[in-house]
Amino acid sequence: MTPSSRPAIAADHGRPARPDAIPAEAALAVRGLTVSYGEKPAVFSVDATFPAQSMSAIIGPNGAGKSTLLKAALGVIPRLSGEVHVFGRPVKEARERIAYVPQRASVDWDFPATVMDVVQMGLYRRVGLLGRLSGRMTRAARDCLDRVGMADFGHRQIGQLSGGQQQRVFLARALAQDADLYLLDEPFAGVDAATERAIIDVLKALEAEGRTVVAVHHDLSTVRAYFDHVFLINVRRIAEGPVETTFTTEALQATYGGRLAAAHLDELAVAGGRA
Amino acid sequence: MGPEFVQFSLTPILIGIFASVACALPGNFLILRRQALIGDAISHVVLPGIVVAFLVTGVVAAIPMLLGAAAAAVVAVVLIEAVKRLGSIEPGAAMGVVFTTMFAAGVLILEQTDTSDVHLDVQHALMGNLETLVWFRATGWESLLDPAALATVPDELPRMAVVCALLVACTVVFWRWLKIATFDEGFARALGIPASAVGFGLVIAAAVAAVTAFDAVGSIIVIAMFVCPPAAARLMTNRLAHQVWWSVGFATLSAVLGYVFAGYGPLWFGAENAVSAAGMIAAVSGAILGLACLFGPHRSRVGVGRQEAP
Amino acid sequence: MLDALLLQAGYNAALVAIGAALLGFAAGASGTFMFLRKRALVSDAVAHATLPGVGLAFIVMVSLGGDGRNLAGLLLGSAVTAWIGLLVIEWMTRRTRLAEDAAIGAVLGVFFGIGIVLLTVVQTMSAGRQAGLESFLLGSTAGMLLQDAVVIAVGGSLAVLATWLMRRPMTLVAFDSEYAAAAGYDVRRIDLLMMALVMAITVIGLKLVGLILIVALLIIPPVAARFWSERAGRVIWIAGGVGGAAGYLGAAMSASAPALPTGPIIVLVAAAIFVLSLLFAPVRGVLAALLRHRRFQRRVHRRQGLLALAAHHPIREAYTLRLLAREGLVRPDGVPTEAGRAQAAKVARDERRWEVAREIHQDAGLTGRYDGLTPIEEVFTPDEIAEFDRRLGPPVAVGAR
Repeated sequence: MTPSSRPAIAADHGRPARPDAIPAEAALAVRGLTVSYGEKPAVFSVDATFPAQSMSAIIGPNGAGKSTLLKAALGVIPRLSGEVHVFGRPVKEARERIAYVPQRASVDWDFPATVMDVVQMGLYRRVGLLGRLSGRMTRAARDCLDRVGMADFGHRQIGQLSGGQQQRVFLARALAQDADLYLLDEPFAGVDAATERAIIDVLKALEAEGRTVVAVHHDLSTVRAYFDHVFLINVRRIAEGPVETTFTTEALQATYGGRLAAAHLDELAVAGGRA
Repeated sequence: MGPEFVQFSLTPILIGIFASVACALPGNFLILRRQALIGDAISHVVLPGIVVAFLVTGVVAAIPMLLGAAAAAVVAVVLIEAVKRLGSIEPGAAMGVVFTTMFAAGVLILEQTDTSDVHLDVQHALMGNLETLVWFRATGWESLLDPAALATVPDELPRMAVVCALLVACTVVFWRWLKIATFDEGFARALGIPASAVGFGLVIAAAVAAVTAFDAVGSIIVIAMFVCPPAAARLMTNRLAHQVWWSVGFATLSAVLGYVFAGYGPLWFGAENAVSAAGMIAAVSGAILGLACLFGPHRSRVGVGRQEAP
Repeated sequence: MLDALLLQAGYNAALVAIGAALLGFAAGASGTFMFLRKRALVSDAVAHATLPGVGLAFIVMVSLGGDGRNLAGLLLGSAVTAWIGLLVIEWMTRRTRLAEDAAIGAVLGVFFGIGIVLLTVVQTMSAGRQAGLESFLLGSTAGMLLQDAVVIAVGGSLAVLATWLMRRPMTLVAFDSEYAAAAGYDVRRIDLLMMALVMAITVIGLKLVGLILIVALLIIPPVAARFWSERAGRVIWIAGGVGGAAGYLGAAMSASAPALPTGPIIVLVAAAIFVLSLLFAPVRGVLAALLRHRRFQRRVHRRQGLLALAAHHPIREAYTLRLLAREGLVRPDGVPTEAGRAQAAKVARDERRWEVAREIHQDAGLTGRYDGLTPIEEVFTPDEIAEFDRRLGPPVAVGAR
């Protein structure tokens, strides 16, 4: 055994020179994050750096801790250890710069509220407890609905929406937050093709405006088309870096183990090569 | 409605309304959070609270007993949470364990102490004494303007009114937090809103309402008012604000009709004695809920719930 | 007290104690089904819904010229309204958007309210002066007639018998209702049967424990029993045992002293067993869980600290630093000692072994255990590990793609 370890697979694609340092220019930087449900770590000692003004995907098999990583970074669920920085500041001090789109299934859609009510929740941090929602703000909220193609649904009861429409409403609420960092948990899960198109268009537009998007993503076939940066996780960090160099057959095999057939992986890599 | 009404009916009706509204307000959020039964649990632990307060102070006075009951409610809420978390027990069972145990302890202590000469018994705790909260010094509507007469209204009325106003104020001030923490707790946390504290505060508010109302009207009203008016209101509308208004209306209606039926209903059937007003108010609220279940415009579920979602 | 425990405190008291034990057993066992079905508080609504039945039965029996206090008649009446309450809960949750907890709360409050109204009616009836219906609220065995004791003893035996007969389908449904439905069981009917059993137990226990506390006998024993076993079949019998013991001890203690009300004593005995289980049960108990969590947290931080040492990162978290310093692996300022460097080297080597292992065995089952905590020796044989080391040996053997 050699004392000088050569770069193995888990390796070091795109690893910054001093991975321990918290890069101030990163939109989201996670250091030593561990989360555990009971006796089994869901996420173990993960370091992750998501570059600003780009679109990043968090990728891994089911139960690999993708959503857990996101939620723990936001402080939605408690972490056992670790630090999280957003644009170089502790996450607690940077909340107004973060917008969050939770999983659609995490709420009860039978709640008595209209689409507009939900979108306005994105403004709550800015208006505070008793602040008045000004006309400008309500107009802004309506614009957000318009951007996701739901302008005519403002007065609709949220229970009457389809899955895709629910997802668009959640995205509109995040847009209303007018943040610099958008964190999305499985935004494309169970939505129709038209919604997927609409959502990706909005996200691309955000990126073009200089904002940062980080999404938990499960569809490997669209990674190359949608994202610039990937983070592969299976409880531990497997790899991270730009899509072209990091989203490789080896890295995917290391992430998914035997769960992805080799043929399928090659296909992805080829498809990726074309993209 | 003459002087007799003011003397014998006005104060009980007002107390009934304030108590019902104070319970219905937090009830709206409790039913949306699937915590409707916390009201049931709280109303059961009030008894041990007042019994212990009596043992400690040795007097039957309102303020120590209210404090004792409030303390018991907080203890119960903490214990329920502890049993739930420490034993990974589902919430319903955790509540069942805690409130029955505390209630049993309350009854046991009560039986062991000599309280025969004081007005402190289980029945009072359950049924309240709404009918006895009359305004003897009132001589008619003009007494409402007479400071000397006003000074003699039963203590329960101003107390209940203050608590009711407090709950209205809390609902208004924390409206946005309550709404977002109830609908989407994860998003609320991501915004930096203390969602757990909001949940705990809601339960404490419910406890304050339950304890004060219980002193005046007994625990039956408390249980029924936490659930029935908000549940009926949920079936009338799909907007949260409208739901809260409906629930306030239903609570008021239950209190008024229940009191009237209890007092005058038996006379219409040729009986001589009135029946329990607290029980009748609960029954009326149940009838309203029944009608809402049958005819409410938004009575059936449309959304994809948490459970069915993929 | 000893007399009572040994059934020497009189014929009635002995019957009541035996009846309470049987009832407690049946309540604990059948309550387990409700508990596993996550519907524990349905029984609370059922219990409260018995009250209007008691009042109605009294009024009917008196108006028919009979004795309003006939226990069998009162129990029949309570069964009728309890059943109606159950059906209302079922109907509300199925037909409206209201969740089960709201339906339970509504039925509980409203039926109890109606019951109280009826009790005030009974009090004003001429025969009601000594009706003693209030004893149904909290239960009372003082001054119990022989026939009442017989009703409790016989009812308790029947409840145990019914629980035993229905244990198989109920376990199946409580454990996995979808599987039961697929296997051809009528889940809704079994659910209703389960409720009927709970209702029967409630009604039998009314006189003994009272309607506010009978629910404790249905909830506390199963919750206590759950701490001692992971298997549904066992939980049922343990719960039965807990309930039976609480019923017997409680009834006997209360028979020994007039000022000890039966219901609360039974409940408090059950609660004491629950608290002991909560704290001291071997696996699920709080003490065991606390120790386990501390140990786990220590493992996580120790491992993370060593990983940081191996990667030459500073250790940021104070707890990690304290932990490693206590073991002599780092100096208080965070600089690793000789022993610390050795441990870190071992950790680093295992990390590399894992990387090789994951490349060779592309098997999610094995490599999925690469969670940072599982020692590699637990997953692979020494021969396999030797193979990893062999591959690790020459610097360019692996991964040179």
